[in-house]
Amino acid sequence: MIELHDLSRIYTVGDAEVHALDHVNLNIDAGEYISLMGPSGSGKSTLLNMLGLLDRPTEGIYRLEGRDTQGLDELERARLRRERIGFVFQSFHLLPRLSAFDNVALPLMLAGRPPAERKPLAEQALESVGLAQRAHHRPDQLSGGQRQRVAIARATVMRPALLLADEPTGNLDSHSGQDVMDLLESLNASGITLVMVTHDPDMGARARRRIVLHDGRITQDSDAS
Amino acid sequence: MIPRDRLGFAWTALTASRLRSALVTLAAAIGVAAVILLTALGEGARLYIMGEFSQLGSDLLIVLPGKNEKGGGPPGMIFESERDLTLEDTAALRRLPHVNAVSPLSVGAIQVSVGARAREAPLLGSDATLMQTRKLKMARGEFLPALDLHQAQAVAVLGPTLARELFGTASPLGEWVRLGDRRFRVIGVLAEQGTSLGQNMNEVAIIPVASAQALFNNPALFRILIEVDGRARVESVTRSATRLLTERHQGEEDFTLITQDAVLSTFDAIFGVLTLSVAGIAAISLLVAGIIIMNVMLVSVSQRRSEIGLLMALGASPALVLRLFLLESLLLGLLGALAGLALGRLGVLGLASAYPGFPLTTPAWAYLAAAGTALGAGMLFGWLPARRAARLDPVRALTGR
Repeated sequence: MIELHDLSRIYTVGDAEVHALDHVNLNIDAGEYISLMGPSGSGKSTLLNMLGLLDRPTEGIYRLEGRDTQGLDELERARLRRERIGFVFQSFHLLPRLSAFDNVALPLMLAGRPPAERKPLAEQALESVGLAQRAHHRPDQLSGGQRQRVAIARATVMRPALLLADEPTGNLDSHSGQDVMDLLESLNASGITLVMVTHDPDMGARARRRIVLHDGRITQDSDAS
Repeated sequence: MIPRDRLGFAWTALTASRLRSALVTLAAAIGVAAVILLTALGEGARLYIMGEFSQLGSDLLIVLPGKNEKGGGPPGMIFESERDLTLEDTAALRRLPHVNAVSPLSVGAIQVSVGARAREAPLLGSDATLMQTRKLKMARGEFLPALDLHQAQAVAVLGPTLARELFGTASPLGEWVRLGDRRFRVIGVLAEQGTSLGQNMNEVAIIPVASAQALFNNPALFRILIEVDGRARVESVTRSATRLLTERHQGEEDFTLITQDAVLSTFDAIFGVLTLSVAGIAAISLLVAGIIIMNVMLVSVSQRRSEIGLLMALGASPALVLRLFLLESLLLGLLGALAGLALGRLGVLGLASAYPGFPLTTPAWAYLAAAGTALGAGMLFGWLPARRAARLDPVRALTGR
């Protein structure tokens, strides 16, 4: 599903060049459950953003579902993000002025779906994270765990193939963190490819495939083949 | 994203920071209202002046001695011509076709006194036709009698202010007034009327032209007024009068003919420019409103960086982000324009009820221009913040770096 060939991402900070990703080679199959781990600045978030088409590689090749992403313009990249990829962030990133329902429906709205079509899909997504009763609450009326579940409903409402989670439990207590992990894993079990950045070893250990980065290179891959 | 959703999304963004949006709207509204109000005042001044002058009728031709009137300067500052306008000229003009009335006009200032009361007043020497050419109305008594042009008679008609100052509340009819060193019997008092051709008709004394020439000891006329038989004939009469007078003046065109229309169109042009300039000054406040919109939107973009990053992560293209933020500025401009139109209209109505005599009207173009400028400002000044939003790097925007 995902192929990375000698993928590098170089930032220029002042005069110095920082190799956030240094010739990374990686293949991910559909349906995998992967944790990305490593110390701060190891490039794990950069890799996640790269997979999510939020960042462009300095060099190297990224194929998503067999398609080279190099030549895509912003419109096509946006379209892929919208339809194939879901994001879950550490700090939820819900729009505070919108209700839980409207937050979940946001990707559908951006995709140009009419309201009548959005309603059942968003309701169903909220239902599947167990928050149908909270549809009209605003984020500041929800607990942290509930907010992250709304964010997961939003990430999956377009039925993407790939779910990218950046420290999804980082801002949660262990109990809600557990709920969120269960939810993500059940989504993976239903076929969605899950890639999760974490620096919690316990969380990382739950993934079937564990990848560790150091200084922009993959130093460990439990599935090294 | 369907248009209705774009609008709804921009609207929720504006209502999320209600006070800020309201203040920006107010700033734009004040700009729009200022344009409308000031334009109404300028246009009102124009209509007022035009109304005053058009009381004379647009079928009036004025003959002035000398050829330098176009150089400007108030009446009376004209170069002395070689040949004066005379009563014979007046009589000759009366024989032209399509001429209703021709009035000679001799003007000077003179001491007017009744007993111990005395004052300086403008004295007009003319004849019975002046009533028609100057559209005069009588409050009481009679106007000058129909006399031969060269026939003097010791009768006078007074302007209402002058009559009041000399006689108080008593009727002046049949009383004697002293003009310079001669005595005249008052036979009529004019009705109150406005200024016409720069002459306040409320303060004048009018006597037969031959008497005035004798008083001033000057046979030259100050003006000859010609009332043409219909506006359409003004041009042909101008030509025939010019030909006639040139002939009478030994082939020299040492006089000037101006039409009421020419005077009116000059004033029209002056006040048109005046209105445009006050509207332009008011438009500066619209410009300021535009800059305020830009500033607010810039602040909004930097405060909502994570929202913008999120929209991009959820699949909004930079072009869509640009359009969403542009729409917000446009909405602010639109709200400002609507509020400003209402505010301006209220202001005009308020002024109109405070000064009922003053013709306040805002021309349609002012409404359109003010609203259009507010929208344009929203659009123009919204562009920079919107482009900044669209160019945000989603990774940095999401991590708050």
